[in-house]
Amino acid sequence: MKIILIFISPLAALIFSPLFSGIINKVKAFISGRKGQPLLQVYYNLFKLFKKGTIYSSTTSWIFRISPVLIFTFTLAATAFIPVLQIHTGALFKGDFILMLYLLGISRFFLIISAMDTGSAFEGMGASREAFFSALVEPVMFICLINIMKVAHTDSLAAALLDPMTSNSIAMFFSAIPLFILLLVENARIPFDDPSTHLELTMIHEVMILDNSGPSLGMLEYAASIKLWLFSLILALLVIPELPFGLLIKTIVLGLIMIIIAIIVGIIESIMARSQLFRIPQIIFGAGVISFLGFFIITTDILVW
Amino acid sequence: MKKIITTIHNNEPIPLNKIPVLNPGEFTEELGALLSSKYHLSAYFADLQNELLYAVCSDAEKGLLYVLAGKVDSGQFISLTPRFPQTQLFEREIFEETGFTPVGHPWLKPVRFPPNSKYKIGEPPFFKMEGDEIHEVAVGPVHAGVIEPGHFRFQCHGEKVYHLEISLGYQHRGIEKKIVSGSNKKNLYLIETAAGDTTIGHTTAYTQILEYLTNNKVSISDNIVRSVALELERCANHVGDIGALAGDAGFLPTHAFCGRIRGDFLNMTALLCGNRFGRGLIVPGGIGYQISDSIIEELSAKIKKGLKEFLDASKLMFDNPSIVARFQSIGELNLENSIDLGIVGPAARAAGITRDIRQDFAYGNYRFSSIPVSGHIRGNVYERAYVRWLEVQVSVKYILDQLNKLNNSDKTSEKSDNKESRPKKNSLIVSLVEGWRGQICHTAITDNEGNFRKYKIYDPSFYNWFGLAQALRNQQISDFPLCNKSFNLSYCGHDL
Repeated sequence: MKIILIFISPLAALIFSPLFSGIINKVKAFISGRKGQPLLQVYYNLFKLFKKGTIYSSTTSWIFRISPVLIFTFTLAATAFIPVLQIHTGALFKGDFILMLYLLGISRFFLIISAMDTGSAFEGMGASREAFFSALVEPVMFICLINIMKVAHTDSLAAALLDPMTSNSIAMFFSAIPLFILLLVENARIPFDDPSTHLELTMIHEVMILDNSGPSLGMLEYAASIKLWLFSLILALLVIPELPFGLLIKTIVLGLIMIIIAIIVGIIESIMARSQLFRIPQIIFGAGVISFLGFFIITTDILVW
Repeated sequence: MKKIITTIHNNEPIPLNKIPVLNPGEFTEELGALLSSKYHLSAYFADLQNELLYAVCSDAEKGLLYVLAGKVDSGQFISLTPRFPQTQLFEREIFEETGFTPVGHPWLKPVRFPPNSKYKIGEPPFFKMEGDEIHEVAVGPVHAGVIEPGHFRFQCHGEKVYHLEISLGYQHRGIEKKIVSGSNKKNLYLIETAAGDTTIGHTTAYTQILEYLTNNKVSISDNIVRSVALELERCANHVGDIGALAGDAGFLPTHAFCGRIRGDFLNMTALLCGNRFGRGLIVPGGIGYQISDSIIEELSAKIKKGLKEFLDASKLMFDNPSIVARFQSIGELNLENSIDLGIVGPAARAAGITRDIRQDFAYGNYRFSSIPVSGHIRGNVYERAYVRWLEVQVSVKYILDQLNKLNNSDKTSEKSDNKESRPKKNSLIVSLVEGWRGQICHTAITDNEGNFRKYKIYDPSFYNWFGLAQALRNQQISDFPLCNKSFNLSYCGHDL
């Protein structure tokens, strides 16, 4: 039984993550007065890409070819630790969050070296930006997750997210806000990066996949939307209150929260300009300060909620 | 004392023999004196036939043009670039066209690459910076966005740009040479496409040259229509670029709205002549189409609506702190640099140069109805956008006033009789027009028959490209698209 449970979260991510990106696109189009692409356009794009052939630049090596597969697999594997049905994940163990974060970390590592492998000046620039910002993001991410687990008195992220304690504790506030900022940073959203730009010189994530085509581009885009889904899911599970209902209603409520998160991301993308690159570390530091404050309050029991 | 500087007005033909020819030393000295008085170098070219250099400096305060002619000493002349940076591109152009070498030019290579040139396009020399952590980013000539080709090289340390070298010439079509050899009828089509988004501006300058050479007067109402078309062109481009700036900063609502409103303004030009860019509207001697009262009425209604929608869309952007912060912090081109580099148009006015051809060298309808000059002081991306935002409003008001005037005037009685007098022989004429990007300068020399012997086109992009390179110094490389869009220079207008 447990073995089957492991596959539920990745399966949900595979099915629903493109829809999540689609909602964001629709919100953005709506606010700027456009009709916008169909809600399911992300699925169509992926389907189209997987049907195509792939072209590899002659300057690239096997690293470039294997990376999309690894990135996709590791990102998908990371979703297994998040209890999407709000029941046991089947992969709940002590320190599961470390494995989850470093599955994401290793997929990033391959993204960066595959970008460097192309030898393009643009991709090198994007890789260096990604490496720099992710180095800043990682400690903040850890503190946020530790805050949650500290409140739930557990050392497993999945268990903490299942614990209703987290949603009405101080930890929720001090983790949800930085987690939301990290969601935007990690998934290359405005104000940190612009997923819809065509300007190579300003890109972070998009520029690293410039040389990919066909199925390998499809896998990278799929991985990107799974990652966005993963971050939103953690956030949604963190804020979902304790509900005295059955599995179905709880899942529907979780879905609604996910939609609200997508709408908020869409609104932020519509009403904000992209900030200058050197401002990004400042905002990440800001998120770090909030999460650290939370850590301080929780560990010292200053406030009893 | 012998008078060595010839003074003319905008559009005033002058016989070549009235321009005294100076010795090389004298010429350099006099041109240097004019440039150190902060006059703008508007044209500087060589006439291969009599081996002379001609320079035209414009004095915006007095509204005068100073013309100098100088001999070339055995294929060489002294470069003024080390002292006056604004001469650099002119000297490179002279070198490209005639092979005359500007002695002492610090970075001598041709501007464009005609087929028989010994320099090849896209090949070194390029500026190089050396060091362990220096990296070079080469962009183009093919770009990700659907734009014209041009090659950009950034010398960077991390995100910081130390120098940007812009290498153009991919759009070179040899327009100036074709105009010299071609018939007038074909020429009009060439001029209309010299820079496609400045069709009205360039055709105005070209037809003015023809008209003043043949003493062919344009009727008042035709002049009014020309000025309306020029302002419509300005509005369409300013609106489109303000939207594009918002898009490059990732601010979608203004981007989407302005893209549509730009189309509305283009359609207003189409209302006058059936073409969104105004092709066929301006012809030598007047305008190509009759403008009926119903068109005037429709245009007035549309432009009022267009302005209102534009103001709503741009308010979203200018009221948004994240946009203002983004725009204000980058791409500064200050007053001193703008003067030194000879920057023109909204880019110059945003830096505090109050120079507008429509006012300082009034031509056509602007002699009778003046238009206010918009400006700012620091010259960053925000202020360049802001000046253009102001200009849209001023232009719309001007158009409405002029349409009103046109409605009340009698359009049929004053059609000029168009007597075909022969063009003035052996003359030089300079025509300045304020296009939406800035000063457009056309210069022509006629031969014994009155045909063009030399025709020079200076699109505002020619003056301003180096301004973009300067504005990007010590900026972040990721700020380049915004800086670039705030100038929005033409590739084909530069390459010709």
